[in-house]
Amino acid sequence: MANFRLNGESRELDIEPEMPLLWALRDELGMTGTKFGCGIGNCGACTVQVDGNAARSCITPVSAVEGRDVTTIEGLATALGGDELTPVQQAWIDHQVPQCGYCQSGMIMAASSLLARIPAPSDADIDATITNICRCGSYPRMRKAIHAAAAAMAVDATA
Amino acid sequence: MNKPKLSRRKFLLVSAVAGGGVLIGYAATRPSRHRVANDTLAEGGERFVTSWIRLQPDNRITVYVPHSEMGQGIHTALGQMAADELDADWELVDIEQAPATDLFANDAIVKGFGEELLPPFLTGVVNASALTVARIANLQTTGGSSSVRYTGENTIRVAGAAARQMLLQCAAERWGVPLAECSTELSHVHHSASGRSLAYGELAEAAARMEPPENPVLKEPSQFNLMGKAISRRDIPAKVDGSAPYGIDAHSEDMLYAALRLAPVFGAKLVSVDAGQALAQRGVRRVVELEDGYAVVADNYWRAKQALELVEATFESTENDKVSSAMLAERFDAALAGDNGSEDFESGDADAALEAAGDVLEASYRVPYLAHAAMEPMNSTMHIQGDRAELWTSTQDALAIKARAASTAGLREDDVTYHHSYLGGGFGRRLPFTWNVIDHAALIAREFDVPVKTILTREEDMRQDYYRPAVHSNFRAAFDGEGRVTAWRNRFTGPIQVPGAAHIPYAIPNQSIRVVDVETHVPIASWRSVDHSQQTFFIESFIDEIAHRAGVNPYQLRMDLLQEHPRHRNVLQVAAEAAGYGSGLPEGHALGLAVQESFGSIAAQVAEVSIGDDGRAIVHKVTCAMDCGWAVNPDGAEAQIESGIVFGLTAALHGAITIENGQVVQGNFPDYEMLRMATTPEIVVHLVESGNPPGGLGEPATPPVAAAVANAIYILTGQRIRELPIGDREFTLDRSLAGNV
Repeated sequence: MANFRLNGESRELDIEPEMPLLWALRDELGMTGTKFGCGIGNCGACTVQVDGNAARSCITPVSAVEGRDVTTIEGLATALGGDELTPVQQAWIDHQVPQCGYCQSGMIMAASSLLARIPAPSDADIDATITNICRCGSYPRMRKAIHAAAAAMAVDATA
Repeated sequence: MNKPKLSRRKFLLVSAVAGGGVLIGYAATRPSRHRVANDTLAEGGERFVTSWIRLQPDNRITVYVPHSEMGQGIHTALGQMAADELDADWELVDIEQAPATDLFANDAIVKGFGEELLPPFLTGVVNASALTVARIANLQTTGGSSSVRYTGENTIRVAGAAARQMLLQCAAERWGVPLAECSTELSHVHHSASGRSLAYGELAEAAARMEPPENPVLKEPSQFNLMGKAISRRDIPAKVDGSAPYGIDAHSEDMLYAALRLAPVFGAKLVSVDAGQALAQRGVRRVVELEDGYAVVADNYWRAKQALELVEATFESTENDKVSSAMLAERFDAALAGDNGSEDFESGDADAALEAAGDVLEASYRVPYLAHAAMEPMNSTMHIQGDRAELWTSTQDALAIKARAASTAGLREDDVTYHHSYLGGGFGRRLPFTWNVIDHAALIAREFDVPVKTILTREEDMRQDYYRPAVHSNFRAAFDGEGRVTAWRNRFTGPIQVPGAAHIPYAIPNQSIRVVDVETHVPIASWRSVDHSQQTFFIESFIDEIAHRAGVNPYQLRMDLLQEHPRHRNVLQVAAEAAGYGSGLPEGHALGLAVQESFGSIAAQVAEVSIGDDGRAIVHKVTCAMDCGWAVNPDGAEAQIESGIVFGLTAALHGAITIENGQVVQGNFPDYEMLRMATTPEIVVHLVESGNPPGGLGEPATPPVAAAVANAIYILTGQRIRELPIGDREFTLDRSLAGNV
C-alpha cells in the first residue's frame, strides 16, 4: 500500500512499493500532466515536487514518497495557495516559452523549485539547476522567464 | 526545380450549419451542386481544402486548421491569417484542429509543392516499403515548412477574404445601400453614413444562402490588422498547467498498456519467445507475438515495461547482423570511388576545369545517422470494438495515420475515429510513412476489447527510429592562375530526399554535382530540414575552405560569388554586422559564417566560438538573419529560429547514431546528448522582411549552424571539421589565421 498526499489530497494505492511515482500518477491516478521522457531520470520531463523539492518521478519509487507531499503541475497553483497561475506559469506565458510543450510541466516544476530555494537566481544558478531537456530549444526564453518570475515574486513579497 | 504553376482551380463552398451558422471553405473541384450539406460534399471523389471558417449566430468564429500543432505555433498563425482577411475580432475567434476526415483533406500542400514534384520526404517514396502509405499521405501533412506558405497563403486567406466580402454584400442588401458605402471592422459590418452596424453573426444565416465570390481580393500588407503581429499563441496556456493533451495522455480506467520490443537488427523476424516469467508478473495480461517483435500488455505501463525484460526472445539471423558504422562508411566511400553517380546538377565542364587548374582543393566530408528523439516517445492508443475503432496518437498527418491504422487493423477508414492531440515534438518523426509502430499498436489493440496504449521506451524510440541519413560528400575545387575558383565538383551519397539541397548559389562557372545512391538496412526518413542539414554543412564548410585556399576573407568570397542572389547577400550582411564581424571580439573568440536557402527562406548565421581551457569548442553566440519574406507572427517566427538553431547545434556538437552488429548502439539521452540550458548559446535573431511571399520557418534555421561553428573553429585552430559531431574533440589554438576575421 502506498500513501502520500497529492496536490493536498491523501491518496492510497495498492501498488508495488518500487513502482515509480510517474506511473502511479499517470496510469493509476490518470494525472497525465507529468510526462514520460526517458525513464532514467535524465531528461526531467517527469519532474514533480516532493515536499517542495524537485524530483524526477520516473526514478522515484512510491516508497520514497510515503507520507510526503507530492505536487504535480496540475496542483502547482493550488499548492501556492491560489487557483490562479503562479508567477512562473505567468512568466512562461508572457515570454511565450513552450513550443511543443511536452517538457514544460517538468521545466515549470524544476524552475518553481529553484525559485523557492533561490529567490533571485543567477544565470549560473539556472544552468546548474535546470538540467532538463527541451528538444524544441526553448532554453533562451526559459531563462528570461525564470528571471521575470523571480522579479515578479520579489515585487509580490514586498507588496 | 521546375514547378508547375500553382493552379487556382479551386472553388468556394458555402453551406448552412445547424443553429443558423455558415461554413465557408474551398474545394479543389467544383461540386455539382453549390449548397449541399457537409457530409455530401465529400462524395464523388472531390477533395476539399480545409480552410473552413464557421460563423455562428453568437458572433463567434471558428477557424478549422488542417495542420498539426507541434510547437511551431501554426494554429495561431493560420488563425491570424483567416481572421485578418475576415476583419474579425480576434477575441471572438476560436481555433480548432480540423477533423481527420476526407472533408478536411488538404489540397493546398499538394498544389504548393507541385503535383508532379511532391518531394520524396513528404511522400516517403525513398522507402519502398512505405509506398502504400505514400499514396494516402499528404492530405493533412504538416511538414516541409509549408503550412503558412501554401495552406495559409492559398486557401486560408482566400476563405477569410471571401467570407468578408459575402458579409459585406449581405449587409448592403439588408440596408439597401451600395456595398461601397459599407466597411468591416472587429466582426461587424458598418454603414457609417447612417450609423448602422450589424454583427457578423446576425448575417451568418443570410450568408449561407449566397453565391460566393470566385476571386475575393486579398488584403495588401498595409491593411493587415492581425498578420505581422506578435500575437500570443493560443496553445500556450494549456501547456503551462498540464492540461494540454498529447497522444500519450489518452487515458481510461479500463485501459491496458503495451511495452514493445522490436527486432534489434532492422528487418529481422521473430522466431520464438519464452513468455513464462513475464506472464507470471503482477498485472500482465498477455504477451503478443508480432512478425518483427513482441509486446507485453499489462494494466500499468511500468508493469508491462518491467515484464518485457523477462521475455526471452529469439530473432532470426540476417545478412546485416555484423554490419557496423565503420563498414557502412567503407561502403559509402567505395560507392563514391567506384561510381560517377547520376546527375543532380551540371553546368560548364568541371572535369576540364579541374584538368586545367593551377591548383586543386580536395576534401571529404561525412555526417552520421541521427535520431529524432522527440520528447514524447512514440505511442498510440487504439480501442477496437468489432468493426469500429477509436485512435489517439500524436501525428503530423492525422488523415494518413488513421488510414494506416485502419488498414492494419482490417477496418474501413470511415469506421475509425481519430482523436486529435498536440504533438510532443515531430521533426519529421511523426510523418505517417515513418510512424511504423502505429501498425504494431493496431495489431496489439486488436487482441483486446479495451483501449490499449502502446508506448515505446526511450530506448526503443531511439533504436527503432527512421533516421536522418548518414551522408558522405567528396569535393574538388579548381582554381585558375589568379586563385579564382573555376570548378565545383561534388559526389555525395544518396538517396536525395529534397531535390536541390546540394545545389549551390555561388557563381562558379563549372559545376558537377552528382549523387550515388547507397543501400543500407538502416531505415531513413526526413529529419528537421531534411537533406539541407547535411548538405549545408558540406557546402558551407567547403566554400569556406575555398576562401581560405584562395586567400580571400570568407565573408568577402561569399559576397563576391553571390552577385546573382541579393537576398543571400542581404542576410549575410545583416547577420555579419549584427554579430560584429570584422570588429573587435573578445580575446580568443572567432566568428564563422554560413548562409543557406531552404523551404523558401534564406538564413545567414554567424557563430561566435572560443576554445576552452580543456581544448573543447565553446559556442558563445549564434546570430541569425532570416529572410522569410514576411512573418505572419514575428514572435513565433523568432521562436522557430531559436528552436532550429538549438536543434542544428545539438546535432553539430553531439548527434550521432552508430551501428554495431546491425543494431543502433545509442539508447537514451546520456549516449545521445542534447543541448541543455547550460550549453545553449546566446541567440540573436534578425527577421529581414524582403516583401517576398512568406517562406518556411520551422526548418530553415537548422541547416547553417554546423558549418558556422566549424568555420569559426578553423579560424581559431587551423583544424578543419569535416565530420560531425564535433563532440569532445580537443583543439589547440593557432593564432595564425586570426587575421581572417
